[in-house]
Amino acid sequence: MRDLVRIRDLTVRFYTYEGVVHAIDDLDLDIRQGETLGIVGETGSGKSMTALAILRLIPYPGKIESGSIVFCDRDSGAELELLRLGEDRMRSIRGNKISMVFQEPGAALNPVYTIGDQISEVFLLHRRQELGCRARERVDSLLRDGNGFGTSVKRPFWRWQSRLYSKIAGEPHALEPRFLSHLPLFRRLLWRLPDEANLLTVDMLKDVEIPDPARVAAHYPHELSGGMKQRAVIAMALACSPELLIADEPTTSLDVTIQAQMLELFRRIKADKGASVLFVTHNLGVASEVCDRVAVMYAGRLCEVCTVEELFLHPLHPYTKALLNAVPIPGKELQTIPGALADALNPPPGCRFHPRCPSATPMCQQERPKLKLVAKDHMVACYLF
Amino acid sequence: MNTLVDIRRLKKHFPIVGGVFRRPVGAVKAVDGVSLAIKRGQWLGLVGESGCGKTTLAKTLVRLIKPTSGHIYFDVPDETKALIEDLESQGKNNTKLTYLLKENDLGTFSGDRVRLFHRRAQLVHQDPFTSLDPRMKIKNTVAEPLKIHRVLSGHAVETAIEELLGRVGLTAGQSERYPHQFSGGQRQRIAIARALATKPEFIAFDEPTSALDVSVQAQILNLLKDLRKEFGLTYLYITHELLIAESVCDYIAVMYLGKVVEMGRPEEIFHAPRHPYSQSLVAATPVPDPKRRVGRIVLPGEVPSPANPPPGCTFHPRCSRASKECHELEPPLEPVGGDHYVACFHPL
Repeated sequence: MRDLVRIRDLTVRFYTYEGVVHAIDDLDLDIRQGETLGIVGETGSGKSMTALAILRLIPYPGKIESGSIVFCDRDSGAELELLRLGEDRMRSIRGNKISMVFQEPGAALNPVYTIGDQISEVFLLHRRQELGCRARERVDSLLRDGNGFGTSVKRPFWRWQSRLYSKIAGEPHALEPRFLSHLPLFRRLLWRLPDEANLLTVDMLKDVEIPDPARVAAHYPHELSGGMKQRAVIAMALACSPELLIADEPTTSLDVTIQAQMLELFRRIKADKGASVLFVTHNLGVASEVCDRVAVMYAGRLCEVCTVEELFLHPLHPYTKALLNAVPIPGKELQTIPGALADALNPPPGCRFHPRCPSATPMCQQERPKLKLVAKDHMVACYLF
Repeated sequence: MNTLVDIRRLKKHFPIVGGVFRRPVGAVKAVDGVSLAIKRGQWLGLVGESGCGKTTLAKTLVRLIKPTSGHIYFDVPDETKALIEDLESQGKNNTKLTYLLKENDLGTFSGDRVRLFHRRAQLVHQDPFTSLDPRMKIKNTVAEPLKIHRVLSGHAVETAIEELLGRVGLTAGQSERYPHQFSGGQRQRIAIARALATKPEFIAFDEPTSALDVSVQAQILNLLKDLRKEFGLTYLYITHELLIAESVCDYIAVMYLGKVVEMGRPEEIFHAPRHPYSQSLVAATPVPDPKRRVGRIVLPGEVPSPANPPPGCTFHPRCSRASKECHELEPPLEPVGGDHYVACFHPL
């Protein structure tokens, strides 16, 4: 399988008043085409930051210090270095090639626009040419089939519209439509673009199994339940059939029965669209449900990357083992990890897990273990292997 | 084991007001006729989805809110309860019944009597980030119940705080700090220390670990286990994570839309659930085991609004076994062997 995203030596730091927070430290990770890669870890382990770094959305005062993120476009075959792209190019990738589903659907949606408006925006931004094509076809069919008194009055306008839309279909930012869109009254000639976007939106909402999509598209976010909002956010993320869908804890704020519906939806999307999914979660149960491969993070570094079966059946890294033992499983004694999560301001030297690790050696305190391939598809950063 | 907490037909309706005169136009039936008994020393798990009334039930139980109707008995002898039931069934409005209820039913308590009760029953809130006053040093937070209930005074308070903090795994040196200087797990420990301050017999936990990481969650759960053994406490543990309920609780009640639909021991609920809702809830819980992916039941739709619950069995719109009977009649909670109770006309 080919790689879709290759992350190398990614370092993200936050420059705060208290000091420098090492959010991500020399991270190497590959996301393959068509796979679901899970990132699991505790709060502050840097899993969300990894997801945000791919889209270059690290909030202030964070900075991507060094490293490279290569995105291999499946359609064009081009390899793009995301960290070197200009902001304009990056915007054409966000929501188009790589899109994101956030944790809190209520906060991800704008409360003053309808669901339909917000999803249409994705199409209007990234699929302008396609919308132009569809609008022109619609006007052309009116020109062909229209008859009666009214049509003869409208005909000249239709011809004008047809010309404008074919211009948009050729060049999304053509001069004439762009100029007209700023003029009152004339801008109404372009009304078919949002109209077509709205039709695509309703299709999209139907795709994520929202009942009565046309009605829901006219609703505002507060009128929908948590599960419905999350479906709408997923529909928005899928609007442009992205090659990579980043889901940052998409089910954390939902109930178990709704969570089960969402996981089912994610599984179906992957099967239907063949997109890769980067699934960030702290819930190991959820990870085992949807992921093909899992990366375990601790204090900004990767501990272990392996297939989901390997992770749960043969975990190697002491942290992974401890994390799995901390999950309440009936009939098993709950085991805790001694100590507290590593301080991100003053991380311990060497392996960051060594103060809490039962099998730490003097070596672990001095030098950082590298991520090593120990079996097929199984990488561990630990001196034990 | 005798019964410590006994709730009978408990209802809590929140009025919805409307119009110019703010007259009630409806009610959110948060808790709608729950009967539940917690034995002394038991760890009762209350599971259900958000909006099913778990938190309202706990808050009503420790009398932070007054119930609309129904009885709450805390450490009341069985004979008294039987006498009250008996007098009530006669349907007469006699003074003896009024007196008995005033003396025994928590729902009728007010003022000082509620305060005295709070010494014996405490609540730990869900979110340790909002349940602690950010402007109070944690020693004052922990000392507050001692002062309100006039349990201790002077130097005795200081030593008690030290002891309490030590018991929940914090050091005495940390008592001068403010909540923001602690992590989520530590804050929840402070909240637990505060609940323990008055040496209660009963503590209700409202999703104490939902805001915490798995490793911290395990630490808190182990702490709760130890505390129960040490002080002989009785717990009501609210959670939406079934794995926790299954691994720590002695007895489990499943709630749906303000009603208890199934009660039983964990192994009964998880391995032989009788109510279709419990069954799908168990099936929907992600288990960290990639081999167990198959065979899940995905429930259609969402939980209806408690302001306008469906008639009959509240679960019937989402139930695959629903019949005409379920649309019209409300199934009673009936025993199906041992301690296992189910409210369903067509149990599995």
